Amino acid sequence: MKRTLPLIIVFSCGFFMIIAFFVPLRGFQDVSQTFQNWYTGVIAFFVFIGIFNLVKVNLDKIQRRLRDWQYSIILLAFLSMMMAAGFIGGREGGIFLYMFENLQIPLGATMFSLLAFFVGSAAFRAFRARTPEATLLLVAAVLVMIGRVPVGYWIWHGFPSLVEWIMNVPNTAAKRGILFGADLGLISMALRVLLGIERSYMGGGKE
Amino acid sequence: MLALLIIVALGIEVRAFDTPNDDGSSITITWTADTSYHSFEILRGTHPDEGLHTVCEVEAPRNTFVDSQIQQGVGYFYKVMARGFDAEPTSQTVGPVKAVAQIFNTGRVNIAVCILVLFSAIIYYITRARRGEKLYVRRIPGITAIEEAIGRATEMGKPVLYVPGIMDIDEPETIASMSILGRVAEKTAQYNTTLYVPTSKAMVMSMAQQVVKESATKVGRPDWFNVDNIRYLTDDQFGYVSAVDGIMVREKPATNFYLGKFYAESLILAETGFSTGAIQIAGTALPDQLPFFVAACDYTLLGEELYAASAYLSQEPVQLGSLKGQDFGKLIFILVIVIGVILRLFNSVFFTDWFQVR
Repeated sequence: MKRTLPLIIVFSCGFFMIIAFFVPLRGFQDVSQTFQNWYTGVIAFFVFIGIFNLVKVNLDKIQRRLRDWQYSIILLAFLSMMMAAGFIGGREGGIFLYMFENLQIPLGATMFSLLAFFVGSAAFRAFRARTPEATLLLVAAVLVMIGRVPVGYWIWHGFPSLVEWIMNVPNTAAKRGILFGADLGLISMALRVLLGIERSYMGGGKE
Repeated sequence: MLALLIIVALGIEVRAFDTPNDDGSSITITWTADTSYHSFEILRGTHPDEGLHTVCEVEAPRNTFVDSQIQQGVGYFYKVMARGFDAEPTSQTVGPVKAVAQIFNTGRVNIAVCILVLFSAIIYYITRARRGEKLYVRRIPGITAIEEAIGRATEMGKPVLYVPGIMDIDEPETIASMSILGRVAEKTAQYNTTLYVPTSKAMVMSMAQQVVKESATKVGRPDWFNVDNIRYLTDDQFGYVSAVDGIMVREKPATNFYLGKFYAESLILAETGFSTGAIQIAGTALPDQLPFFVAACDYTLLGEELYAASAYLSQEPVQLGSLKGQDFGKLIFILVIVIGVILRLFNSVFFTDWFQVR
């Protein structure tokens, strides 16, 4: 029963949603929408579980003086500050918005900007022409880079058009091929889950 | 001036009909008229000669209006009046038109056929596998390397890091990731290797805890399971990235898995993992992120391989049968594409148009 009931729920809800995609009757659409609303409700509830887990893990770390426990104090202090600011002044104004705009956004932007350096280091490794495929990648990448900057047009007027062709034809074809395979894989996995063949997301095993 | 009068005298031709493939909540009105008018006024009533009132005015050159402010089953009459000249021509009144609910969306019959073909192929091969037939499935290096990578971490006495993406459990990639996590947890529990699963969504954390716990119990190692190793960090994309990077730099895991849905953080994670010297296996279905993983990781599961990984790892005949069915479906669709390309070369569009999703 421990596994049968979840499997029955997955099977009936999954197939109902597939049927609702093809049946425009209001009753079907209403039930389908209700399922999606329930999901939103469950997500809202899980915010509390997430915060509870965060506080529990970090309090435990502080109590047991585990490695780098001082960072947990900073985390919990800022978590409490942001929550208090939100409850007192609301999301739209006051200290909450100030901290969001002047702490969280710049910190996020800092992490994001690291991407520029990581692209450089990853490209350096990826573009080493050790095999014919890697050489092809290197040539294509150099052409695209030159064609995307004004100096490329200055060297040869045909560069931008060549880059457009590389991006729109071979690149798009490869991307669509991957998407096509991924979608087929997705349908196959969905069927395995719906029929109860794939159970490892429930910890696997049989009845 | 004479030309203008001729245009006005041409009038407006109107057509009103029940909107196809809907729940009976609307009527569609289309008209053909000279494009020099500024706008068109749509009038509606339940009698052809009296009580017609304006329901909407649309700007030219638009020539379609979907009237959803109606009652199902009631007959309505429509008239269109053009605006823009001194003389404002009015169409003939058309109707009565009733909105009726459709049971099946015929615009999606192509999708239904494709799903049925694929489902049939998968079920056919699953049945063959159930009968005990041996099915060959091609070797996927990224998946076969998973056990080797966990073994490496065990030998080095270091933990394994499993990142299930940054999206919630409603994403197919995350569900696929949870299935692989089950297999990874079985191996790490067997080898008594620490497994960290930092999550960006609380629901994913809850599911991951359950998956890892069940897997540990399945291999007879319930004592290995530590709930604090599968923890929620933050919903914020780059906050999550910095926290996971911190785990990589501090704990120095020997093996990193990035399996799920990733966006801009993919390369930040993979490059940080590379700098710590970890063996890295990644997988996602988003083509825009795959090049980053290919450049920075040792193995990458491309699109469909991510969804196939759990079935492949299980080596259960029934699951392998589903992969075989998927490959057969792929063959059918390749043939359909080739036929479509050939027909388009001969300027025939009916076949490719049939596949258009409405």
